[in-house]
Amino acid sequence: MVDYFLETFSEITWLASSPNLSFVLAVTLAGLPIFLFMALNALIAVYAERKISAFMQDRLGPMGQGVGLHAGKWGILQTVADAVKLITKEDIIPATADRKLFIIAPFILFTASFTAFAAFPFNEYLVAADFNIGLFYILAMGSVGVIGIILAGYSSNNKWSLYGAMRSAAQIVSYEIPAGLSLLSVIMLSGSLAFRDIVAAQTGTTLAILPNWFILDNPFTFIAFWIFFVAGVAEVNRTPFDLPEAESELVAGWMTEYSGMRWSFFFLAEYANMFIVAGVASLLFLGGWLSPIPGYLEGNLWGIFWFISKVSFLIFVMMWFRWTFPRLRTDQLMRLCWKFFLPASFVTIIGVGIWDLFVR
Amino acid sequence: MGVVIEQELGTVHGDEMILNIGPQHPSTHGVLRLKVHTDGEIITQITPYIGYLHRCFEKHCENLTYEQSIPYTDRCDYIGSMNNNFGYAVAVEQLMETKVPEKVEYMRVIVAEMNRIASHLLALGTFGLDVGAFTPFLYCFRDRERILDLFEMLCGARLLYNYIWIGGVSHDFPVGWVEKTYEFLDYFEPKINEYNDLLTYNKIFIERSADVGVIPADVAISYGVTGPNLRGSGVRWDLRKDDPYGIYDRFEFDIPIGTGAMGSVGDCWDRYYVRVRELEECVKIIRQALDALPRDGDVHAALPKKIRPKAGHVYSRTESPRGDLGYYIASDGSDIPSRIKMRSPAFTALSCLNEISRGWMISDVIAILGSLDIVLGEIDR
Amino acid sequence: MDFAGIIGIINAKFGEGFASIDEEVSADTVRLTPEQWGQLAPFLRKTPELFFDAMMCITGIDEGVESENLAVSYNLHSMKHNHKLEIYVSMPKSDPKVPSVEQIWRVADWFEREVYDMFGIEFEGHRDLRRILLPSDWDGFPLRKDYEFPETWHGIVINKMKEGWE
Repeated sequence: MVDYFLETFSEITWLASSPNLSFVLAVTLAGLPIFLFMALNALIAVYAERKISAFMQDRLGPMGQGVGLHAGKWGILQTVADAVKLITKEDIIPATADRKLFIIAPFILFTASFTAFAAFPFNEYLVAADFNIGLFYILAMGSVGVIGIILAGYSSNNKWSLYGAMRSAAQIVSYEIPAGLSLLSVIMLSGSLAFRDIVAAQTGTTLAILPNWFILDNPFTFIAFWIFFVAGVAEVNRTPFDLPEAESELVAGWMTEYSGMRWSFFFLAEYANMFIVAGVASLLFLGGWLSPIPGYLEGNLWGIFWFISKVSFLIFVMMWFRWTFPRLRTDQLMRLCWKFFLPASFVTIIGVGIWDLFVR
Repeated sequence: MGVVIEQELGTVHGDEMILNIGPQHPSTHGVLRLKVHTDGEIITQITPYIGYLHRCFEKHCENLTYEQSIPYTDRCDYIGSMNNNFGYAVAVEQLMETKVPEKVEYMRVIVAEMNRIASHLLALGTFGLDVGAFTPFLYCFRDRERILDLFEMLCGARLLYNYIWIGGVSHDFPVGWVEKTYEFLDYFEPKINEYNDLLTYNKIFIERSADVGVIPADVAISYGVTGPNLRGSGVRWDLRKDDPYGIYDRFEFDIPIGTGAMGSVGDCWDRYYVRVRELEECVKIIRQALDALPRDGDVHAALPKKIRPKAGHVYSRTESPRGDLGYYIASDGSDIPSRIKMRSPAFTALSCLNEISRGWMISDVIAILGSLDIVLGEIDR
Repeated sequence: MDFAGIIGIINAKFGEGFASIDEEVSADTVRLTPEQWGQLAPFLRKTPELFFDAMMCITGIDEGVESENLAVSYNLHSMKHNHKLEIYVSMPKSDPKVPSVEQIWRVADWFEREVYDMFGIEFEGHRDLRRILLPSDWDGFPLRKDYEFPETWHGIVINKMKEGWE
């Protein structure tokens, strides 16, 4: 989209004379929808999470009669009310906190997920910045977020926060390895780091009727998908890997001292990260914007629809995890990563290579 | 920093950090403060500080007549109030040598076992919550709610009942209550499997609770750990069978004990599973009691006109959901007791926390605390 | 084992008349002095025929304003033999000292702290005798019959107990 805007601006004479201004304008125009999308995503995901958890737990969740200040019919406006509450809350910075870092930390985390969104294709054309290394870029940006978490935990000057930050750092750094390795198998098959090429490699059918998605390509990619998805859940700190914020142990982990607007940035980033993990999984393994019935219901708008529904399904699975499983312990978490996921992801790489060379 | 916090630090080694868990913390089950010495995440020493909920129960009792103390016993263990009423009533009746009517005996067993189910459900749910599983907690509360509804129908209160009086109970079962209780039992029994499917045999749950916080049988006995916690350590000891009070000797039921099915005997999983199995036994007892319940009889028939036991003392113990609930009552012959001491099972269970949780991680301490099923109201009194 | 049998074993070891049954207090209570209790406690725990492995309860008692005596009542129980025993140790209020049994029955640790907290009875040999339920800077021992309620605590005014209904 940035390229598209730049092209358009070069035809406008007064803008063409100042390339810097036109670049800034183009980036802003491309970034604003992403920001709005992130906010909307959090809004819908929080509502969905509340309702899904409620239905899983034999409750109704947020409800209202749609009159006056109630939260709308079926509590649809509940998250809006929450957002208003968060924005209007008193901004508290603990007296003993490291003020500067305390203020910066939420923005680093938020910026990391925001910039990751920049390379996210919603269909073949709708992407803010079309890289040829989009996948690599998103993975890299995903790891920047952990700096925000560590800063938040450190600057709060609170023992719970510190524990949460240390757990989070260890967890994210560890789980990035199996996540990255499991993606290598897809890269081997598609031969590219650009999402456009990866998705293009998944067109057509396999076994006569099934779509030719990488998850169905061979047994090893099927395993790789699950490794990536579970490692991704661990990277976004959700149950059963929510140790950094483990509410029953660490009160609220690294965000114990945060409240109001700053806390809502963490919240926004969490749901954005869920979207990113689910999005990468669906782009790489589930055919991205491709229709599940090859040859039917295709086109640009259908592409957006298919992509969003695949992502939503994966986010739903994450919520399903959260409301079903207990939490792991730190050492069990590490054991799972280093003793099971890491060897398994190596096996998938070798397996995919052998499969591609000999079986196909 | 404006305020200097004075604290008794004790010996702190080079790499140690002192972490204060509580008094306000999501999983201390009330207001408990744990001073934890940690080396990284590993716990080297843990000191519980209690008393934040001390409401002078024993001092109150020395200023009230015997029957006026009953509502105070409710407030000690607010999760198992019926059992606390029961224990107190049994103790005073023993002191006064009162004989209560047959019907009242059955009614007491029914409500006490119902309350035991409610209490165990809360214990299971919050243990799940402590290890991070949210949904089982709400499932347990859904079913506990139905018991509370039944109690509300019975005596108007949902938490603090003041139902079991000295020599009787406050109200007869209302019309339709027995049928509703049968209905509840039919509804509840299959639900136990639901908890098992959701939580008990969950791989992560087993990882978190098996082999964690093992209490060997001799340590448990030495620390006075009783009730499901002791049975979790493989000791077949239940006052309802071994030293029966009331009419418990008439019922057929098993005493589930920990077998170390998932780890070693006496771990958190065993303590948890003993409670699950006890739910089934409670249902068995209630069914037998309801079947044998005499249809008529005055529940107020044996209420003493004036409670004035002769001078002397008694130590009586009953099996509350948390273990041996003892009442030491000393009378000087007046209508006001000269001393009432409540021996709280959660108090003794908490006292062994340091012994069993050294060397485990912070997450495990939360799990161990949850598996001990403490109620701070009862510990602090 | 019944009560008379337990008394027999104790008296055979420590001499006739060591453990006397106190009919006045209760039929199954042994009344002892603090020194006697110090000798008897390990014996009760270790002797195989008695084997009192569980300390059920330790109760502090103030015998009343007139008697000038404090007392500690120990309720013992044997998980193995399923018999129980109550020991009643009384001492003058002026010098309330009892040997601690905290290292024999670990549960006595907190029970003795509670008795100390409420009655001010010193348990000699207890390794960590601190207040347990009350704040560490509390004055006096509230469950003594002659305890007078403080009027303020750290500047917080405590309401007087109301006499009768208003």
